[in-house]
Amino acid sequence: MRHKYVPVHRHTLWYYMGGVALFLFMVQVFTGILLVLYYQANENSAFESVRFIMTKVQFGWLIRSVHSWSANLMVFFVFVHMFSTFFTRAFRKPRELTWVSGFILLTLALGFGFTGYLLPWNQLAFFATKVGTDIVGAVPFIGNAAKIVLRGGEDVTGATLSRFYAIHIAILPAIFTIFLGLHLLFVQRQGMHEPDYMANLPADKKKLMPFFPNFLLRDLLLWVVVLNALLALAVFFPWELGEKADMFASAPAGIRPEWYFVFMFQTLKLLPAHVLFIEGEVLGIVLFGLAAIAWMLVPFWKSRGEPHGRSRALKIIGVIVILYIIGMTVLGYAR
Amino acid sequence: MMQKAKSRPTTAEQSGDGMAISRRQFLNLLLGGGILGWLGSVIYPVFSYLRPPKTPEANVQSVKAGLASEFPVNSAQIVKFGRRPVILIRTDTGDFRAFSATCTHLECIVQYRTDLKQIWCACHNGLYDLKGRNLSGPPPRPLEEYAVKVVGDEINVARSAGVGS
Repeated sequence: MRHKYVPVHRHTLWYYMGGVALFLFMVQVFTGILLVLYYQANENSAFESVRFIMTKVQFGWLIRSVHSWSANLMVFFVFVHMFSTFFTRAFRKPRELTWVSGFILLTLALGFGFTGYLLPWNQLAFFATKVGTDIVGAVPFIGNAAKIVLRGGEDVTGATLSRFYAIHIAILPAIFTIFLGLHLLFVQRQGMHEPDYMANLPADKKKLMPFFPNFLLRDLLLWVVVLNALLALAVFFPWELGEKADMFASAPAGIRPEWYFVFMFQTLKLLPAHVLFIEGEVLGIVLFGLAAIAWMLVPFWKSRGEPHGRSRALKIIGVIVILYIIGMTVLGYAR
Repeated sequence: MMQKAKSRPTTAEQSGDGMAISRRQFLNLLLGGGILGWLGSVIYPVFSYLRPPKTPEANVQSVKAGLASEFPVNSAQIVKFGRRPVILIRTDTGDFRAFSATCTHLECIVQYRTDLKQIWCACHNGLYDLKGRNLSGPPPRPLEEYAVKVVGDEINVARSAGVGS
């Protein structure tokens, strides 16, 4: 730790994003443990227990609102962290596994988001879970079995709620901890990535900052800023509870999943019922699955082109991915 | 020493049978097989535990859905048909129609749009006509139709022939 140095250059700012995501994860663990004290994962009392937390428990509204806001901000900063790593090409050798473990952490974070969304047992969450698990069901070969295991039966019921609760507070945290440990270990072992132009400079021309205490103190300062922003959001824009889930009510108009799933949701909405002989949703799911795997394997992409052309091609791909995600998300909210 | 060890015949050679295996191979097989079997006996119950047991579904054949005189035209409601939601619609002309309310796309519950006089799924903007046929949007199949009978003033929704049987 004492011998660790952080390169100082015009993109140093991006080094802080992973730290912010880590801090928000710690907030999630802390507030999550507090919520568990009152929450009841049961079809008949889940909604009521969250309402109880928000209306009767002292500062319960704050804890729940911070948990929801922090979850969303965490996903946001994980995305920022990932794209900054992509565009600075910090995933290259020897950091391939840091990228892969980071990608797995992203999918786990989305899993946290998806399972946590159902827990208040409100109408939006109920339909989001129905759709989300049905999408799992469309995966070729193993889909149907996975869907039934996830739902705890054929339909989304109280059994699904119990399972999602177990996944949210036991299974995912256990797996997440392992990959987070690996991810941090890799970062610690390999040090911070230097941009190309800097790696070629002679040692005395490089601007560096000691990790301890200089970078760490900046990290901590930023965490305090983030915490204040988080509290402000939680206080001034408290998270809503919505209406209790009713298994026999029509899906309300304007229904959509959490913002970080909207681009996939919107794509599924736009796909026609059948593309050639394949059902539209199956095609969408398979394509998204393949894209995710390709993205996870970015450090291993091989190309015959010269290095400069290769980095330009990567940049273009990254920009297209971001534009697609933003475009589809905007479209999803526009209607 | 080396020479001596090399020239020592193995069990397989002693028996003179090509199919036979050495003592070492036999023990490896036993051990490997044992470990695999043991792993299986540990993992199988866990996986089986994860698969929820099938709960028998009440065999509902028909349900009562209120009084026809209290059901306004150009409106709809969701009826509980056992564990399944069914949408019961009264058209402009006063006819009753019933369909499975579960969208064939991703299982959201559909609703009747009085402005369009069509069945609409809010989740992904799927549209069905009043015969349950998928018109536009992502739904790949029509909605299952249920039979509606009005006996006296009472509405009865029943499985159509060939539906859910």
